Amino acid sequence: MIAPNAMSSQAIYVVDGARSPFLKARREPGPFSAGELAVQTGRALLLRQPFAPTAVDEVILGCAAPAADETNIGRILALRLGCGLDVPGYTVMRNCASGMQALHAAMQSIREGRSHLVLAGGTEAMSRAPVMLDDAMVRWLARWSRARGLRRRLSLLRGLRPRMFRPVPALLKGLHDPVAGVSMGQTAENLAHAFSIPRTAMDAFAARSHVLAHRARVRHVFEHEIIPLVDERGRLYDHDDGVREDSTPGRLARLRPVFDPPWGNITAGNSSQVTDGAALLLLASEAAIERHGLQPLGRIVDVHWAALDPAIMGLGPVHAASPLLQRHGLGLNDIDIWELNEAFAAQVLACLQAWQDEDWCRQHLGQPALGALDMDRLNVDGGAIALGHPVGASGARIVLHCLNVLRDRGLSTGMANICIGGGQGGAMLLQSCAPSAGSDTQEAAS
Amino acid sequence: MTPASDMPRFHHLSLALGAEGIAWLGLDMADSAVNRLGTPLLQELAQVLDHLGRHRPTAMIIFSAKPAGFCAGADVAEFSRMGAGEAAQAFVARGWRLFDRLADVPWPTLALIHGHCLGGGLELALACRHRLAIDQPDTRMGLPEVRLGILPAWGGLMRLPRLIGAPAALPRVLSGGSTGAREAARLGLVDAAVPLRLARQAAAQHVLAGVTAHRPPLWLRTLNHRRLRPLVARRAAKAVQRRDPHGHYPAPRAMLELWQTVEGNPLRTPGVMAALLQSPVTGNLIRVFQLQERLKDIGRQARAERISQVHVVGAGTMGGGIAAWCALRGLRVSLQDANPDAIARALGEATQLFRRRLPDALAVRAARDRLMPDPHGHGVPHADVIIEAVPEDVGIKHALYAALEPRLQPGAFIATNTSSLPLEQLGEGLQAPQRLVGLHFFNPVAQMPLVEVITTTALDAGVFARTCGLVHQLGKLPLPVRSSPGFLVNAVLTPYLLEAMRCVDEGMRPAVIDEAMRAWGMPMGPLELADTVGLDVARAVGELLAGDATLPTSLRTHLDAQELGRKSGRGFYTWKAGKPERPPAGPVPDGLAERLVQPMVDTARDCVARGIVADADLADAGIIFGTGFAPFRGGPLHDNPQRFEEAQ
Repeated sequence: MIAPNAMSSQAIYVVDGARSPFLKARREPGPFSAGELAVQTGRALLLRQPFAPTAVDEVILGCAAPAADETNIGRILALRLGCGLDVPGYTVMRNCASGMQALHAAMQSIREGRSHLVLAGGTEAMSRAPVMLDDAMVRWLARWSRARGLRRRLSLLRGLRPRMFRPVPALLKGLHDPVAGVSMGQTAENLAHAFSIPRTAMDAFAARSHVLAHRARVRHVFEHEIIPLVDERGRLYDHDDGVREDSTPGRLARLRPVFDPPWGNITAGNSSQVTDGAALLLLASEAAIERHGLQPLGRIVDVHWAALDPAIMGLGPVHAASPLLQRHGLGLNDIDIWELNEAFAAQVLACLQAWQDEDWCRQHLGQPALGALDMDRLNVDGGAIALGHPVGASGARIVLHCLNVLRDRGLSTGMANICIGGGQGGAMLLQSCAPSAGSDTQEAAS
Repeated sequence: MTPASDMPRFHHLSLALGAEGIAWLGLDMADSAVNRLGTPLLQELAQVLDHLGRHRPTAMIIFSAKPAGFCAGADVAEFSRMGAGEAAQAFVARGWRLFDRLADVPWPTLALIHGHCLGGGLELALACRHRLAIDQPDTRMGLPEVRLGILPAWGGLMRLPRLIGAPAALPRVLSGGSTGAREAARLGLVDAAVPLRLARQAAAQHVLAGVTAHRPPLWLRTLNHRRLRPLVARRAAKAVQRRDPHGHYPAPRAMLELWQTVEGNPLRTPGVMAALLQSPVTGNLIRVFQLQERLKDIGRQARAERISQVHVVGAGTMGGGIAAWCALRGLRVSLQDANPDAIARALGEATQLFRRRLPDALAVRAARDRLMPDPHGHGVPHADVIIEAVPEDVGIKHALYAALEPRLQPGAFIATNTSSLPLEQLGEGLQAPQRLVGLHFFNPVAQMPLVEVITTTALDAGVFARTCGLVHQLGKLPLPVRSSPGFLVNAVLTPYLLEAMRCVDEGMRPAVIDEAMRAWGMPMGPLELADTVGLDVARAVGELLAGDATLPTSLRTHLDAQELGRKSGRGFYTWKAGKPERPPAGPVPDGLAERLVQPMVDTARDCVARGIVADADLADAGIIFGTGFAPFRGGPLHDNPQRFEEAQ
């Protein structure tokens, strides 16, 4: 395997970013399509820039499952935001890290000199995942549309069976690994088993996510990050509605396991929520920063993609972040702020344990154990367990929030990493450009 | 086949022979942006029929070379100069006979309609065997003659009921409303709505396809029978009676009479048309139409650069309504308010407006994309104009201007929707007061066509032009008014409302007063209007205009009891579900209406004398379009010319 080269020296800046409120999927389809989430977020993000939407060169969106009537969401977004008929757009898919993949694609476009200003991120409306027809039903319908004559039609009608009417939720298929033959939740059960993670630890971590998210909301941490949305009836959505301020390990302990009933450990409470949301960032070259006189939020310094056994995909972050740390000569706690996507509490805890496990690190990373990650640096404002995990958007949200926290706290280095269904991991090493409080050198551009 | 060199040349239309022997007749009136059926064009049409009678085509397609539309109808200017005598009768007869002739030609004819197709233009299309309409939002067909106090005299009244059935045709002719392409296809008014990319091809194929002319089903056709027409007309007459219980407008009843007796042929009973033409109502309605054109011209001729992005501050009833209307008309809008819920509510109502007015879901979505919530005012540096509709308080507005001014794009200007604060005083809050203009919309924004453009001596001429241009872009009528309390409309309305309240002080019942004014021709009585506007607003404007003259007791009593009118459920009336409970009025005293109108007339005259409005015609136009003042009277000053002359 060839080790990836260090990134070229051309700096890729994050100018600004914003996200929609993350809205938990409930029984029926949610108030916004994936396209609508992205449009309302994107237009507000562009409105607060000193340049017009026509200055954007390209739009790239991650989306794991775009709806049939908006399959190339990236291009649709470019058109609906008024970027201009001549601005290309496309949509990328790398499961849970589609949003991060979009950011990487934007970086590559800028490095190749094709674009200077790119709108990139991700969106997902999981509540609107289609309910499909059974395969047998689809075949029957095809025969019916070809049928001519009463006799043929009657004979087809006799061939109908009740089980053909059973609806197939696309969402469940999407959350099931087609090669390993396990659901995402079962991969987390695998990790719980491999690392002996008790149920109580999972529930405690889950409660932590809610407490931190609620605290962040009360302190208006998300004020600049979240764009309030308005639905067709004039109702305002201005906060992440999955956060439970009454969450405790005790309450979570009462929930039943969903993926390996009845003896499993992973519940709806200690898993990420099924959610609708969008997160968008503006990436720029140095030339664009100068041309428009921008004050960037930060830089994406480096990226790494890794792959592993799909049955334990939750360890993806370790496989992706560790090479980044090694390349840049950093330890776990040399990173000021970590965003590690909380697909499942068990999965995050497994990652933390893996880094501390000497045997595991030597076997899988070829290096000694990296040690204990300081919890005060990890997901400081909660994570996907409380906020939700709209599959296409999360990869972008964690990059955005990491940079926002670095700015707010006057810190400098961040890592956003994410496990990927199908057995992959993605990581981005980030540097803040905002003036840091109590630091001698200022990193602000122009 | 006629060689091309034998084709005659015309000034107002083009005639060409196309493939398969189809004659293509293009309406293209000289020196005009729209086609109008004046005598020259009608004469050339007759010549075309002469020529084609000698050199028969396989078919004829009539289209328009004007981008704006097919045909806007008869030339109203030419027509209104004719009076009621022989010239008018001849004008009517010429059109009727020509279209009859067109309907009888032995080759198939097709009208290819785009844009506006109104009045005589639609009658021309109805005389063709087939019609195709181009499927675009600006394709509108209608017979609006009733709005000018006349009736479709060139065959529309006969042919439309025959084509789509009387139950569908009569209400449309009586209201003068227009129909879009898809609905026209559904009704059978046109054979189909076709996309632009297929128009000429579809016309050529359809006209030669040998399809018989469209007819409604048998049961609808029988309703056009001589014996059944009176029954049908009686039903339609009930709707007319409801809309015009006092019989101010003779045209609808004349139309029903003409249709029921002679199936709409004015040549068989020339008296009907003559009576209408002689009626002062017709003259006044034509005058109102011409006043409307004059206001439109103010906007058209401003020739200002297009405004593409607007920032609205204040998401209340007015601000939200203005923002929604701007987005409907294609502008990008950012809407700011300190309260995000207010913005959300405004957006919800905007969505309803878009659904009512836009043809399909795609257009609705595009309009919603253009209307952006902006609680932090990020849209200010991107806007060509800022429209502010924040509360009526000088302090609040000055603070807003101070925050806005440094962030404005060069060339951007500020328009204030204030109804009671002096522009000069507001301008003191700006470093550059020449970029402040008053833009006074009326409530509800979506329905009221008038916008007062308030000027001061400081106002920059370029800003004034761009403001008039903006009003034109919004499809509304700009009325330039010099800054003064109440501007024109509120200044004129308030003494009228206060006088009505004084009548209540004297013991008259509100229902009687309002009935007097409705019988006189106002769309709504003064006390119902006061309740709708809000008694607190009435007091504020009253104090502003009347100075320290005492307010009517009845007004003060209601206000002290917190009865503000419709918005609080009680005022001069009790309001339930947005409607007032009106007790029966009983007999109306003589002279009451005149007594109430007098202050309106006096104030209007005064506004003209002081130069608030440029002339009496514009004052009339403003009052008609801003208050719904009885259009059949032609306007308060027009209705009272003698007294106006006396005052001079």
